Amino acid sequence: MSLDINLKITDRNGDTHEVVAPTDMSMNLMEVIRSYELAEEGTIGVCGGMAMCASCQVYVVEGSEKLVEMGDEEDAMLSEAFHVQDNSRLGCQIHITEEINGLEVAIAPYP
Amino acid sequence: MITSDILIIGAGPTGLFAVFEAGLLKMKCHLIDALPQPGGQLTELYPKKPIFDIPGFPSINAGELVDNLMEQIKQFQPGFTLGETAQTLTKLEDGSFEVITNKGTVHRAKAVAIAGGLGTFEPRKPTIENIADYEEKGVEYFIKEPEHFRNKKVVIAGGGDSALDWSIFLSNIASEVTLIHRRNEFRGALDSVEKVQVLKDQGKIRLVTPAEVTGIKGEGKVTAITIEKDGETSDIETDYFIPLFGLTPKLGDLANWGLNIEKNAIVVNNALDYQTNIPGVYAVGDINTYPGKLKLILCGFHEATLMCQSVYNMLNPGKKYVLKYTTVSGVDGFDGSRKEAEKAVVKKID
Repeated sequence: MSLDINLKITDRNGDTHEVVAPTDMSMNLMEVIRSYELAEEGTIGVCGGMAMCASCQVYVVEGSEKLVEMGDEEDAMLSEAFHVQDNSRLGCQIHITEEINGLEVAIAPYP
Repeated sequence: MITSDILIIGAGPTGLFAVFEAGLLKMKCHLIDALPQPGGQLTELYPKKPIFDIPGFPSINAGELVDNLMEQIKQFQPGFTLGETAQTLTKLEDGSFEVITNKGTVHRAKAVAIAGGLGTFEPRKPTIENIADYEEKGVEYFIKEPEHFRNKKVVIAGGGDSALDWSIFLSNIASEVTLIHRRNEFRGALDSVEKVQVLKDQGKIRLVTPAEVTGIKGEGKVTAITIEKDGETSDIETDYFIPLFGLTPKLGDLANWGLNIEKNAIVVNNALDYQTNIPGVYAVGDINTYPGKLKLILCGFHEATLMCQSVYNMLNPGKKYVLKYTTVSGVDGFDGSRKEAEKAVVKKID
């Protein structure tokens, strides 16, 4: 049986939530945020997860070394997004795998 | 004034398919969409991406699905008001509805179906503090009339296709075109990137990268923008500042129509027909919410079908009707066309 992992997600109000996410449902971080309703529907994952809207932008607070490198589409979207920082990533491009157990992120403002 | 039986707000897949289902029930539809072409997100955001969960299509590109839907509804002669957003909704004394767009086009219909998807696509506005003060005073998010910029100084910001394409286009019209992008790399068609390179080399486009526009200056009108490049700020004189950072969907004017809205979606009575709290106004597809809602195109098709049956019953109280199968009954278009299954041949074999 595959493992669940633990993540720390700070919402747009500044509240931090410790959540458990399954690694066997090919989920991404944006979907985990939606499944726990940590951001209002319609303000996250607007494009459905195609790296086309940056509504799922997060700041990686802890554990950036666990993440796979950014792909071209994500990089290009972030180059046009707002509120971007050096530790910005798109939640929809972060896949929930055992390797990212313990990751800590904060959801960036919308849009 | 444009009249129809059902006025559909939003020409995405759900809205388009509703035309077909309404057509089977002899009801005529008209569609309004903020975008200049039908298809909604499928056309605007991901026309070349495959969709794998349309029943009967193992894989179909979003743009192709829209083309197919347009072909499927052609026989029912839908009308389109494109490039306009529905601004006001009024219930008239006779129970019908009037919807007026931002450009003043008046539509009247017996029922309204909101199939607005994620909402109206609006330009993503950069987070520059005083930008709202300069909108239409030198800050433009769309280029409607390129001649407007003849012999003017223009600054375009953005790193995608529209920033590239408009920089190329305006380089022949404006007296000066500056393209500013946060990165040195642009995301666009290779051809466009190469053209900008050539125009830059010819001195027709000034490229400022990696840089960001951080401020706007001018008394009542844009006269300069402030940029930050390599940690230093400087001003660039300009007549126009055109930020082209793509589009983002917003619920927009719909939010003021008195509809029950929860979590950026319209609450509907799902058990029956996807009607909203305003009788005669329906919401179908991604824009509605109800317990168990799934934002899937195939669910939008189902919702549109039930909505049309409900409108039929509302408009024809007491008139007998049973659901018919197209395989059995065929399809009679409003254009006089008829599609039907080939009749089996009954013939003796000697």
